[in-house]
Amino acid sequence: MAIERDLTRALGPERVLHTRDALLAWECDGFTVLKSRPRAVVLPESTTEVQAVLRLLHAAAVPFVPRGAGTCLSGGPTAGADAVVVDCSRMRRVLHVSTVDRIATVQPGVVNLDLTAAVSDHDLHYAPDPSSQSVCTIGGNLAENSGGPHCFKYGMTTDHVLAATVVCPDGSLAHLGDPAGPRSPHGLDVLGVFCGSEGTFGIATEITVRLCRNPPEVRTLLASFASMSSACRAVGDIVAAGLVPAALEILDQATIRAVEASVYRAGYPENAAAVLLVELDGPHEVVGEEAAEITAFFRKNGALQSEEATTPDERKRLWKGRKGAFGAMGRIDTDLYVLDGVVPRTRLEEALTKITEIGRRHGVTLSNVFHAGDGNLHPNISFDGRDPDATARTIAAGHEILQLCVELGGSITGEHGVGGEKLDHVPLMFDDDDLEVMARVRRAFDPDGRCNPGKVLPQRHACAEVAKWPQMTAEVLGEGAAEGGQ
Amino acid sequence: MAPSSDGPPASYLRTLDCVHCGLCLPHCPTHQVLRIEADSPRGRIYLMRALAEGRVDDAEAIRPFLDRCLDCRACETACPSGVRYGEILEDTRATLERARPKRGVAAWLTRTLLWHVVARQRRLRFLFWWLRVFEVLGLQRLATALRLLPAHVATLAPPVPPARERRPLRTGLHRPAEGTEVRGRVALFTGCVMEPLFGRVNRATLDLLLANGFEVDVVAAQRCCGALLVHAGQPDRARQLAAANVRAFRDADVVINNAAGCGCALKEYGHLLGTDEGRRFAAKCRDICEFLAHEGLTATPRPFHGRLVYDDPCHLCHGQGVRSAPRELLRQVPGVELVEAEHSADCCGSAGIYNLLQPELAAAIGERKAAEIRACAPAAIATGNPGCMMQIDSHMHRSGHSVPVRHPVEFLLPPP
Repeated sequence: MAIERDLTRALGPERVLHTRDALLAWECDGFTVLKSRPRAVVLPESTTEVQAVLRLLHAAAVPFVPRGAGTCLSGGPTAGADAVVVDCSRMRRVLHVSTVDRIATVQPGVVNLDLTAAVSDHDLHYAPDPSSQSVCTIGGNLAENSGGPHCFKYGMTTDHVLAATVVCPDGSLAHLGDPAGPRSPHGLDVLGVFCGSEGTFGIATEITVRLCRNPPEVRTLLASFASMSSACRAVGDIVAAGLVPAALEILDQATIRAVEASVYRAGYPENAAAVLLVELDGPHEVVGEEAAEITAFFRKNGALQSEEATTPDERKRLWKGRKGAFGAMGRIDTDLYVLDGVVPRTRLEEALTKITEIGRRHGVTLSNVFHAGDGNLHPNISFDGRDPDATARTIAAGHEILQLCVELGGSITGEHGVGGEKLDHVPLMFDDDDLEVMARVRRAFDPDGRCNPGKVLPQRHACAEVAKWPQMTAEVLGEGAAEGGQ
Repeated sequence: MAPSSDGPPASYLRTLDCVHCGLCLPHCPTHQVLRIEADSPRGRIYLMRALAEGRVDDAEAIRPFLDRCLDCRACETACPSGVRYGEILEDTRATLERARPKRGVAAWLTRTLLWHVVARQRRLRFLFWWLRVFEVLGLQRLATALRLLPAHVATLAPPVPPARERRPLRTGLHRPAEGTEVRGRVALFTGCVMEPLFGRVNRATLDLLLANGFEVDVVAAQRCCGALLVHAGQPDRARQLAAANVRAFRDADVVINNAAGCGCALKEYGHLLGTDEGRRFAAKCRDICEFLAHEGLTATPRPFHGRLVYDDPCHLCHGQGVRSAPRELLRQVPGVELVEAEHSADCCGSAGIYNLLQPELAAAIGERKAAEIRACAPAAIATGNPGCMMQIDSHMHRSGHSVPVRHPVEFLLPPP
C-alpha cells in the first residue's frame, strides 16, 4: 500500500481512491464485456500533478492507465488489477483561446462539446464530433484519434491537433508539435504518432487544437428507404458525383425503432428499412445547389420520403436521434457490443448483406448505424452479458464481421481503437514485422511497458512482463468465449 | 413494482437497462462539481448493480457515493435507454437502511425529525412556534455564535414567518366569490413544510384556484406526502402516510399540489404502494401549474413589470415532465419579461434536506445556480418548490443579489 500512501500525500485523500468496493465504478468503459478493477484511481488537476503522480509510479514500477470520460468503446481505459487509473476528468480548464489564430489550448479533461460552447460566441467550433461529444474529453479524443459524423468532410482528430504537452511514463515532459501549426514539415511528425496511440505513450496534459469557423449555412436532409441497399446506393451516387457533404449517416430499422422509443426521439419514419441523414454546409448558393442534387439522388434510388431541416431546432432534432442511438440500444438488451469495422464505400451494400447473414448464423440481435460516407460501419450486437453462451456468440459474430471487413479491403477499426477489445483481430491486418515496428515505436515512449499495458498490440509484441490482458479476457469471457473468439 | 421485503429484484432489473454510454454525465450536478465516476449516475448505477449482484464486500464503502446523490433525476431526462434511476436509488437506499441503519447523531436526528415531527402536522407547527420564539429572542444567532448550531444550518434556515402567515388554511370546501362561474371542483394537497414556511403560497394557490372558478376542498385528513422518508431509505413509514392520503382523497377527482417534491412523490404512489388504489390516486394528482395551463386562466394576473427568471424544480421537470406549463402561465402576466437562465433544469442543491446533510456540495451546486441566475439580472425569480425557494434565496442573498423568490402562483393572482 506504499504507493497509495505516497499518492495520497501528493494529491490529498479526496483525489486518491483506493477502497476496493468504490473502485468497481472504474471497472469498465463503454465496452462492458471487459471488466477489471484497478488498484487505485487518482484525479490530478494540472501538468505538475500528473508529473508528480507518474514519477511516483515510475519509482515504484507500478503500471498506469490514462482515462477521460470512460466513453471509449474498446476497453482502452480499463485497467488491470495492478494498475493505477490516472483519471483526467478534473483537468477541465480551457487554458487559452486565440480567435485570431483560431486555436485553443485545453486541458485533457475538457469535454468536446464544452470546447465548442466556450468559443461559440466567436462563431467558431471544434469540428470532430463523436456521438459521445457531450461527454467525451479532448484528451480521450486525442488518444483514440476519434472521428464522428462530420469527419467525412473535416477530418479526424489528427487533422485538428496542432500541439500537445505530454507527460512521459517516467514523469518527464515532452512538447510535441507546434501551436503555430500546420503540423511540422521540419523533423518527424511525433505528434502524429502520439495521436491515436490509445494512451500507451503517455498522458497529454495540454492540447492545442484548431478551431473552425461556423459555416454560413447548414442544411440537414433526411430520406427514408424501403431497403438498406437503396440507401447505400444513394450514398454511392452522392460520393461518386464528387459531393462532400459534412456528414452522411445511415440508421437501420432496429436502430430507428430503439431511438424513436427513447427521449432522443427524432421523428424518423419507423416503417423505413433505413434512413439516410445528410448534412450540407457552406455558402448559401453552394448548399442550395448541392441539396437539389442530393434530393435528386434520393428520388433516383426510390426514397419513400425526404425532409429538410433548415432551422437550428429542426436540425438538432434530426441529429438528436443519431447521437443518442448507442444509448437507446439499452432498450433492446442489457449489454451492447459496438463494432467499428471499415469497408470501402463501394462495398457497403455487400458488407451489410453479409453482416446480416453472419448475425443470423450466430443467432445474435444486430442493428446498424454508421458513417456511410467513410464506410465506417457500426454493427451493434445487443446481448445479455450475464449469459455466457450469448456473450460467446456475440464475440464470435463480432470476430467474423471484422474478418469480413478486412477481406473486403477495409479495416478492423475506424475510430474506436483496438484497446483491449480487438487484440485478437490485429493480426488480421498486420504481420509480425509490422507489429514489431509498432512495438519498437511504443518502447521508445514507454521502455518499461507500464503505460496502459496489454492494449493495442497483441501480447507477443507488447512488454511480456506486464501484458496480462489476454488471460484476463479469457477469465472474463470464460473458456467458451475464448474458443468462440478464435 | 410491489414492495418486497427480500431485496430489490425489480430495481435490480432496472439497473440492467444501463449500457454504460455515459450520456447522463454532463447532466449530473454532483458529477459536474466532483468529476468522480462513482459520483455520476452511470457510476452509481454500476455500484448499485454490483451491490445487488453481491459483488460489494462492504456496503458502507459505496454508501457515501449514493448519499451524495441529489435524487434530482436529471439523468432520467438525459437517458436514451430509459433507466428509471430514481426507483433504483430509492430501493437501494431502503435496502441499505434496512440492513444497517445509518449511525451518528445527524442520521438519528433525521430519522426522528422526519417521522415524529415533519410527518405530524401539529408537532411541526409546534416546532415552528418554538423556532419563531428563538428567532424573535435572537437565540438562533446566539446558538451559532456559541457553536451549538452549525453555521450552514443557520444560514440556510429561512426566517420563520410571523404566526398569521403560518396559520393553516381552513379545512373543508371553499367556493369562488359570488358571480364567478364555477368550472369544477378540486382537492388541495397542502404539504408539510409549505404551510409553516410559505403559508402565503398555500393561500395564493387557494385564491388563484377560486379566482379561476374552481371550488377547492382542503381535505382535513391529509398527511405529509412521505417523499423525504422515501429519499432517506424509509419507504415503510412513507407507505403509512401514502395509504392515509389515498384514503383522505378517496372522493376527489383531481388532487392539486403546489410543491414539486410532494407532487412527484404523490404521482409515484403507484410504485410505492404497489396497489391499484395507489395507481388510481397517482393518476389524479396534478401540479398547480400543470393543471391551470391545461384548463386555462380566466382571471388576468396582476401586472408585473420586470425581468422574471423561472427556475425548473427537478421534481417538476425531471420527475413529472412539467416544463412548459409554468412558462406558458407566467408569460400571461401583463408586463412581464420572462427570461431563461442557463441550465435552468439543473438542480439548485436543495434536494429535500440534502443541503443540511451535504452542506459543502450543496453550497457548490447552489452557487453555480445563483451565478447563472445572476447573469440574467432578474427583478424576481419564480420556482415551484419550497426547498428550491429557500436554497435559491439563500444563495442569491449570500452573493449580495437579493431579489424576491416567489412561487409561480404568486405572480398569477389577479389584482385584489
